Amino acid sequence: MISAILVFNNHGKPRLVRFYQRLAEEVQQQIIRETFHLVLKRDDHICNFLECGSLFGGPDYKLIYRHYATLYFVFCVDSSESELGILDLIQVFVETLDKCFENVCELDLIFHMDKVHYILQEVVIGGMVLETNMNEIVAQAEAQSKLEKTEGGLSAAPSRAVSAVKNINLPEIPRNINIGDINIKVPNLSQFV
Amino acid sequence: MALKMVKGSIDRMFDKNLQDLVRGIRNHKEDEAKYISQCIDEIKQELKQDNIAVKANAVCKLTYLQMLGYDISWAAFNIIEVMSASKFTFKRIGYLAASQCFHEGTDVIMLTTNQIRKDLSSPNQYDTGVALTGLSCFVTPDLARDLANDIMTLMSHTKPYIRKKAVLIMYKVFLKYPESLRPAFPRLKEKLEDPDPGVQSAAVNVICELARRNPKNYLSLAPLFFKLMTSSTNNWVLIKIIKLFGALTPLEPRLGKKLIEPLTNLIHSTSAMSLLYECVNTVILCVQKLRILIEDSDQNLKYLGLLAMSKILKTHPKSVQSHKDLILQCLDDKDESIRLRALDLLYGMVSKKNLMEIVKKLMIHVDKAEGTTYRDELLTKIIDICSQSNYQYITNFEWYISILVELTRLEGTRHGHLIAAQMLDVAIRVKAIRKFAVSQMAMLLDNAHLIASNTQRNGICEVLYAAAWICGEFSEHLEEANQTLEAMLRPKVTTLPGHIQAVYVQNMVKLYASILQQKEQSGEKEAAQEITQLMIERLPQFVQSADLEVQERASCILQLIKYIQKLQIKEVPVAEEVIALFAGELNPVAPKAQKKVPVPEGLDLDAWINEPPSDSESEDEKPKTIFHDEEQRPSRHKQPEIDEEELARRREARKQEQANNPFYIKSSPSPQKRYQDTPGVEHIPVVQIDLSVPLKVPGMPMSDQYVKLEEERRHKQKLEKDKKKKKQKKEKRGKHHRHNSLHTESEEDIAPAHHVDIITEEMPENALPSDEDDKDPNDPYKALDIDLDKPLADSEKLPVQRHRNAENLKSPDSEAPLAEKKSKKPKKKEKKHKEKERDKGKKKEKEKKVVEEEEEKKVILQDMRSKSSKHKKKKHKKEKEEKSKDKKKSKKKHHHSEEEATESVQNGTLDDEPLPVSSSALATLTYDIQGNLQNDSQVTVSVIFENKSTSFLKSMELNVLDSLNTKMLRPEGSSVHDGIPVPFQLPPGMTSFVSLICACSVDGGGTSSCCLGNDEGSTHEKLDFKLHFSCASYLITTPCYSDAFAKLLESGDLHMSSIKVDGISISFQHLLAKICFHHHFSVVERVDSCASMYSRSIQGHHVCLLVKKGENSVSVDGKCSDSTLLSNLLDEMKETLSTC
Repeated sequence: MISAILVFNNHGKPRLVRFYQRLAEEVQQQIIRETFHLVLKRDDHICNFLECGSLFGGPDYKLIYRHYATLYFVFCVDSSESELGILDLIQVFVETLDKCFENVCELDLIFHMDKVHYILQEVVIGGMVLETNMNEIVAQAEAQSKLEKTEGGLSAAPSRAVSAVKNINLPEIPRNINIGDINIKVPNLSQFV
Repeated sequence: MALKMVKGSIDRMFDKNLQDLVRGIRNHKEDEAKYISQCIDEIKQELKQDNIAVKANAVCKLTYLQMLGYDISWAAFNIIEVMSASKFTFKRIGYLAASQCFHEGTDVIMLTTNQIRKDLSSPNQYDTGVALTGLSCFVTPDLARDLANDIMTLMSHTKPYIRKKAVLIMYKVFLKYPESLRPAFPRLKEKLEDPDPGVQSAAVNVICELARRNPKNYLSLAPLFFKLMTSSTNNWVLIKIIKLFGALTPLEPRLGKKLIEPLTNLIHSTSAMSLLYECVNTVILCVQKLRILIEDSDQNLKYLGLLAMSKILKTHPKSVQSHKDLILQCLDDKDESIRLRALDLLYGMVSKKNLMEIVKKLMIHVDKAEGTTYRDELLTKIIDICSQSNYQYITNFEWYISILVELTRLEGTRHGHLIAAQMLDVAIRVKAIRKFAVSQMAMLLDNAHLIASNTQRNGICEVLYAAAWICGEFSEHLEEANQTLEAMLRPKVTTLPGHIQAVYVQNMVKLYASILQQKEQSGEKEAAQEITQLMIERLPQFVQSADLEVQERASCILQLIKYIQKLQIKEVPVAEEVIALFAGELNPVAPKAQKKVPVPEGLDLDAWINEPPSDSESEDEKPKTIFHDEEQRPSRHKQPEIDEEELARRREARKQEQANNPFYIKSSPSPQKRYQDTPGVEHIPVVQIDLSVPLKVPGMPMSDQYVKLEEERRHKQKLEKDKKKKKQKKEKRGKHHRHNSLHTESEEDIAPAHHVDIITEEMPENALPSDEDDKDPNDPYKALDIDLDKPLADSEKLPVQRHRNAENLKSPDSEAPLAEKKSKKPKKKEKKHKEKERDKGKKKEKEKKVVEEEEEKKVILQDMRSKSSKHKKKKHKKEKEEKSKDKKKSKKKHHHSEEEATESVQNGTLDDEPLPVSSSALATLTYDIQGNLQNDSQVTVSVIFENKSTSFLKSMELNVLDSLNTKMLRPEGSSVHDGIPVPFQLPPGMTSFVSLICACSVDGGGTSSCCLGNDEGSTHEKLDFKLHFSCASYLITTPCYSDAFAKLLESGDLHMSSIKVDGISISFQHLLAKICFHHHFSVVERVDSCASMYSRSIQGHHVCLLVKKGENSVSVDGKCSDSTLLSNLLDEMKETLSTC
C-alpha cells in the first residue's frame, strides 16, 4: 500500500499532497517538512530509498523518491510494494503528466493542482495502484477533460478574459513559464508494459 | 429572474478562480497568511451563494489551501453540496475535496450515503469512477456496510474502467467491514481471470494485500496464481504475484520447488530490473547474484542487494557471513540508507570470533560519524550486537564494560539510558565482572563533571544513574569507597536530573554503610565519625531539591544518619545494623515476568467477587444475612472516629510540612533568610575542581587493550589445547592423527575469559511459555483473518438496501455498529476454536495408535471431557468480550496429570460430558451428536468405546435400528439389518471411537436404538443402547448480527412459542452460557437481564430466542420457521433449565 504521495519543489513548497490515511493538517505539514529535509540532504547519485522510521508509524514504511529538475516526487510505501516497481511508477506518473500538460514544468503543477490530482487518481486510488499503462491513464484523463469541456468547464470563456483584466494590477507575473524541463531520462530502469 | 442570473454571472466573473488564488499567494510572499485569510473570507461568502458553479469554484480553492496546511473541515457540508451537483465538472471537484479532508470523524459523512449510491449507479461511467475514487479515501465502517453490496455489483460492471476501481475499493471495504470479505470473496476470485488485464491486476493487488496479513487463508489460490504467473506479461502483476508467493512458500514448502522453474525462466528472460530483483528476492538463495548487485555502481541496486541479504541472513546466516568484507565496506558508503542497511546486516553476522573486530570497526565509525542520528543508530547497533541472545557472543566482559564506558564519551546522544541499562544488566547478571564493573563505575562517578557538563540536552548523564547504583549495590567490591562517596556528594550532582539524584542519594547510604562497617571493624572510630559528619554536612543540599523523590529520600536519610551520629558519640557499634538495611541481593526479573504469573487453579478472574447489585435493590434495604449485618455496622461507626483523630494529626502534619516547604510562601518569614540558613548552600563556592584530572577520562580507551589481551589469551588457550591434544595424540596415535592436525579455531573453542555465570532473569514459578506475547491485539488486519473456504451461511449476505420501516428508524444508527463489534469477536474465536478442536481430534487419533499405557489413555478420555468444559468456558467468556488465556493454560495442564484434569472437570460447574449410554463389565459406550456443516440433513454421531475388561475386545459390530425420522447412512449395498463392523480391536483399557453419519429430518428429537455385539471367541456380549437425538444436535451455533436478527424477526413468517420456568437460582450470565452450550445458541444482544439469542438448524431453519429473567424465573420466547422444531426445542430447554 502507498500511504502518501508528496510532490514538493527544491525549497520544500508542496505542489501535490495526497495522504491515503487520515492525518490532521498540521501533521501533514510536519511530515512534508521532515520528508523534505530528509531528501534534501541526499545528493542525486545515491540511492532513491530512505527508511523513514518513525515518520510514518513503523519501520515497515519506506520513502521512495525521485528528483526531477525542480521537483521531488516522494512516495511513502509499505513493504508490500516493490521498491523498483514504485520507482518505475513515479516515472510513469511523471511521463503521464508530461503528456497531459505537453512539456510539463513546475508551473503547470502550481496552477493546475486539481488536474494533477485527477491524473493521479487514474494511477493510484486509495493507496493502491490502479493502472500502470501510460496510454490507458492518458486516455482516461483526456476523456474526462473532454467531458468537462462539453459541460462548459468550471471557468468558462468569460472568466479568462476577466482574469486578464484582473491581472493588470498585479505587479509581477511570471512570464517565463519554463522554470526548467523535468528531466525524465532515467537509465537502468525499464518501463512497464 | 433573468436579471438575477445575469448579475450572478457578472459577479462570478470577478470571483477568483484557482489560478488567481495561486497567483495572488505568489504575489503576497511577505504577508501570505494575511492574504490567505482574506481569501478564506471571500470563499465563505462564495459558499453562501446559490450558484453551484460559484460554490464549486470556492471548494476547488479550498482544496488548494488544504494542501498548504489549512483545515477546511468547516466546509464539509458545502463540499457535500458540490458532490451532489449534477455536472461532472463540479461533482469531481466535490469528491476531490472530500477525499482530501473527510475522515471517520466527519459527522456529515453519513449524509453522503445516498448520494454516493446514486453516483455509483449513474449511467455515466465517470460519475461512478469519481465516486469510487472518492470513496476509496474516506470510506467509513458505516459507508462500507451500506455500500458493500453496491460496490460488489460494480465488480461485474460492463466497463473494465469501473470494474478495476470497484475491485480495488473492495479492499478498503473489507478493512472497514470485515464481514463483507466472505460474501465478496468468490467474486473477487473470479476477477483474477477477468479478460481485462487492468481488472486482473487490481484483483491480484487486493488479494496480495489480504494475503500479506493472513497468508494461510489464501493457500488454496496458489494454483490460480501459478497459472497467472506463467501467462501474464504485465510486470506489475508479476511482481505482485511473486511477492505473494514469497508470503505463501513458508506455509507450504512444496510450493518452493514448483516455483523454481518459472522464476528461473523469468530471471533469464526479463529485461526489467524490478522484476528481476523481486524474483531473486524470492528465490533468495542466489547470494552470489546479490553480491553482484551490491558491488554494482548503481546505488539503488546496492541498497536492494543489502536488503535482500538481510532476508537471507535469517535463514542462511553462513552464506551471508562469507561476505563480511563487502558489508563492512558498505559501512563506509557515503549514503546513509546503505550504511544503515549494512549495520542491520552486521547484527546477524557476528560470532564469538569476530565480535571484537566488528565492534572495533563500529567504534571507529562512531568517532567519525557526523550527524547525531547516524551516530545514535551506530550506538544502538553496537549495544544490540553485543547483547543479542543473552550476550552469546561476548567472551570477555571486561572488554564489553570498557566499550560501554568508552561510549559514554559521546556527547549529545539520546541513548544514555541504553548504555545505562546495559551496564546495570551486565553488572547484575555477570557476577564475575562486578569487581571490574564497580571500579569502572567509580571512575565514571569521579569524572561525572565531564559527562554531565551540559545536563539539559545531554542524555548521556543517564549512565551516572547506572554508575551510582552499581557502586552502591556492590560497594563491597569498591577499593576506595571514601573517594567515591565524596564524588557522589559533590555539589555539582545537584544539577543532575531528579531521578538520577534520587539514585545517588539512595546509594550513597549503601556506600556509607559499607564504609562504616569497614572502619568499625578496623577500629578507626574517628574515621567512622568523620564520614558520618561528611554525610550530615553534604546531605542538606539534596534535602532542598525541587524533585520530591530526592527531597524525601534525602531527608529520611539525613535523619537516619543524625541518629547514627548520636549513637556513635555514645560509642555504640552501629555498622551491623546499618548494613542490615541493605541486606539481601536483588535478582534480575524478566520484564515479562508479571504477565506470566499463572492464574491460580480455580480462580476465575471474570467472576464477580460479590454479585453485582441489581437495579431493583434499594440502598436502604436491609442486608439479608447476619454475616453482612455484623460486618457492616462496625465499619460504619469507625469512620467518624478515625476522622477526628486523623484530622488533628493531619492538621499538625500539614503545618509541619508547610514550615518545611521552601515553596510555601504564606507563613514563612523570609525565603531569603531561610535560604542562608541552610547549611548545604554554604558549600557552593567551595566546589573543589579536581585539576589533577586530565581532560580525557583516564583509563578510558581501554577496550583496545582488552582486545589485545583477549587475543593473547585465546592464543594461549589454543596453544594449551593443542598441547593437550598432542598429548592425547601421542597416547592415541593411530588414525585420528591427520584429522587433529587440521585443527581450526572454531566457535566452540573460544572459552570465555573467566568463568562467566550469566544469571537468567527470574520468571515466576509455573510461568508458561507463550508465543502470543508479540501479537498486537489491536491489529486492524486481524479482523480479516477469516476462513474463506468455509461455505457461506445465510446470515452472511451483504446488507442490501431496503425500505426501512418505522421500527428500524427508531433505533439510532450509532447503535448498530456497536452491536456488530460485539458479535465480531466471537465469530472469530469460534472459528479458531473449531480449528483447534479439529486439530486436537487428529492428534488424539494419532495418540491412540501410539500410546499403550493405561494411564495416558485415561488422560485422553478426560482430556476430551475437559475439552467440552472448555467449550463451555469459551462461550461464557464470549459474552463478556474478554480475552483470557487461561483456557489455553488449562488445556495444557490437562496433559500434565490425570488428577488435575479430573479436578477441573469437577470444578467446572457447567460441565457437560458426553452421555454415557450403556455400560457393562466389559465396556462403556459414550456418544456425541453434532450437526454436519457440509450436508444440511445429516448429523454425525461419534460413539466412543472404552474397554474396561482385561482382555482384547475383538470383532465388534454395531447394529443400528433406524427410527421414524432418523436413518443411518450405510455403505451402499448393505441392508438395514446388517451390522457395521467396528474397524478396530480394543486392547484392555483403551478408548476409541467410531463416527456414524445419520440422515434425519429435523422436526425434533428422535431416538435410534443400537446394539453393540461383541464376539470374542468364547464370550459373546450384547450391549444395547439408545441414541437420543436432541434438537440441539441439529442446531449449529451461528453468530448473528443484531440488524440481521431484527430483520429476521420483522419478516413475520416465524412461528412463535414460549415457555416459563420457575425456581431458577443461577445468575443470568450463567444461564445464557448454559443455553449457548447445551442448545448451541449464540447471544445476539444482551441488555440487563434480557437477551436475544440465535441459532440455525442444519436444514437452515432460523431459531430466535428472547430470554428474560425475572426474580426467580426465566421466560423464553422462541420464534422459528419450523413450529415442531421450536416446540421440541423449547421442551428440551425447559428440561435443561429446570435442572438449574
